[in-house]
Amino acid sequence: MDYFIELFFSGLTRGSIYALIALGYTMVYGIIGLINFAHGEIYMIGAFTALAAATILSFFSLPLPALLFLSLAAAVIWASAYGYTIEKLAYRPLRHAPRLSPLISAIGMSIFLQNYVLLAQTPDFLPFPALIPEFAFLAPYAGVIGSSDLVILLTTAVIMALLSLFIKFTRTGKAMRATAQDRTMAMLVGISVNRVISATFVVGSALAAVGGLLIASHIGQINCFIGFIAGIKAFTAAVLGGIGSIPGAVLGGFILGLTESFATGYVSSDYEDVFAFSLLVLILIFRPAGLLGKAAPEKV
Amino acid sequence: MTFCRFALYLAFALVIVFPTPLRAADTIKIGIAGAHSGDLASYGLPTVRATELVVKGINARGGINGRQVELLIEDDVCKPEIATNIATKLISMGARVVIGHICSGATKAALPIYRDAGVIVISPSATNADLTLNGDYPNFYRTIFADNIQARTIVDFTVRELRAKKIAVIHDKGDYGKGLAEFAKTFVEENKTVELVLYEGVTPGAVDYSAVVQKIKRSGADAVIYGGYHPEASKIVTQMRKKKMGTAFVSDDGVKDDTFIKVAGAFAEGVYATGPVDVSANSLGRSAREAHRQEYGTEPGAFFDNAYAAALVLTNALAKAGGTDAEAMAGVLHTEDVETPFGAFHFDRNGDATGTTLSMFRVENGRYVPIKQP
Repeated sequence: MDYFIELFFSGLTRGSIYALIALGYTMVYGIIGLINFAHGEIYMIGAFTALAAATILSFFSLPLPALLFLSLAAAVIWASAYGYTIEKLAYRPLRHAPRLSPLISAIGMSIFLQNYVLLAQTPDFLPFPALIPEFAFLAPYAGVIGSSDLVILLTTAVIMALLSLFIKFTRTGKAMRATAQDRTMAMLVGISVNRVISATFVVGSALAAVGGLLIASHIGQINCFIGFIAGIKAFTAAVLGGIGSIPGAVLGGFILGLTESFATGYVSSDYEDVFAFSLLVLILIFRPAGLLGKAAPEKV
Repeated sequence: MTFCRFALYLAFALVIVFPTPLRAADTIKIGIAGAHSGDLASYGLPTVRATELVVKGINARGGINGRQVELLIEDDVCKPEIATNIATKLISMGARVVIGHICSGATKAALPIYRDAGVIVISPSATNADLTLNGDYPNFYRTIFADNIQARTIVDFTVRELRAKKIAVIHDKGDYGKGLAEFAKTFVEENKTVELVLYEGVTPGAVDYSAVVQKIKRSGADAVIYGGYHPEASKIVTQMRKKKMGTAFVSDDGVKDDTFIKVAGAFAEGVYATGPVDVSANSLGRSAREAHRQEYGTEPGAFFDNAYAAALVLTNALAKAGGTDAEAMAGVLHTEDVETPFGAFHFDRNGDATGTTLSMFRVENGRYVPIKQP
């Protein structure tokens, strides 16, 4: 039973990270129907920014929580700026182009960002400081759940709740939903669609940056290629939950994380990915739009 | 335009007609094949320099049995398809002995050609176990430890020195890591006093490895043997230590890298890894490295010591055999100990060096420190 709980928590931790990144994929897809392949790189850039900020700030001998929040703020702002710029440079000019063009542009952006960081920073692995404090009250349970697991879970839960409130009740949130439903109609009722799309990219990138900082602090190392696998897995999670659906992305992330964890624990980690992707195939056979996705009729 | 093209043809024609400058009639030709350009050039060039240093010394002393030594240097870019061409070329240019190739894949591709022509080949860096073990290439020798020998050292150390009773073997599913882990698994299973409690591959680059770490913990292993490279190793070690597991971690020369210590930080302390012997204790090794600094102005690169050793044993065999007769040379290589940076050694039945070029290291205070082997 203990073993089950341990695996459950490690699956939840992994799932939370997938969910945080998957939200960015799903929000962007929901609004402009584009799979933003550069999103994984935003996660990587968030982690790198946090590392730079933490390294500079560590000279001021700040307490650990202050260090964490300042690095987080730096990562979120910088990654959001990247998200905003990418949208403006790589996707907005292609807004009315065939669907394939922005997709290719996204893949190009992803490769560009990976190599940019590789050249500007380093191709090596870098150590990442443990920004998440070790809680004394968790020490007896260190084998089951670590401080960073707990922080990752709680942060993800809080962010999900805030995001739902944001989408549901704020002006921008409402505008996002309207744009997702029908872009032309939203424009007709006076919504500045371009601004809404930019806001979506900014929010999605901020979430990815949070994910980047949390996981980097959890495992203690980063390099310029971490965004690739994390991005692929998060994209899978988004598709699993139904791409375009926000609760779906969260559910998909958790399901994927737990499947991987239990597959490793009870079968073999050799087959971790096999189980994860078999599950994806099965779900898509029975629910082609994903778990919570709506099979919307093609708008004419 | 026409003139340009004519000049081009002429240039090609000249290259074909005079591939190398005219040379003294009776030299001993040693082929050097390996990656000298491209991504893996840093693995191949130190071998060229090591051989040049050895040969320069020999020629200055009057050559081998009065004959000067000449080097034929060819670049295979570590690609098997180019390596076969290079092998044919070296043979046609008259090389009867070759130092190389550098990569296991390229070596494997070239070996049948050398064998059929009766050419002796010594590699300073090809670690793939099959090259010597499968018995297909009696003409092949190497001055580096094979993967199976590395796995044997790791398993013996874990069992004898760490007194582990339950061993978990983990790998990264890659050619190198999995190959090594498979040998380790076999050796652990052959040893009736210890138990293999877990054998698993992890996915390189995964977001985290906590599930596999939980599994190691549940298996009750006293020691983890890891086959693979440092990025995954540092993640696994970090998560094991964070979960307060004191399980010993023993790994290979893919982990014996300073980046591992830099990344895993305090969690790296006490990790064991095998790697090439530190030759700074050996006077021959020191003077070879010093000669390199004087000649080229830089520190020697990867496999320099192994290549230096290869050049020494090869020239010794040429001298003692009185020529390039493959059988006479094989006799010398298999029996006669030669002083090298790794100490004196000859080659065993398979063509692997008998002395130890491998040692076990432990991370202490942020550095890999060699452990004295009994």
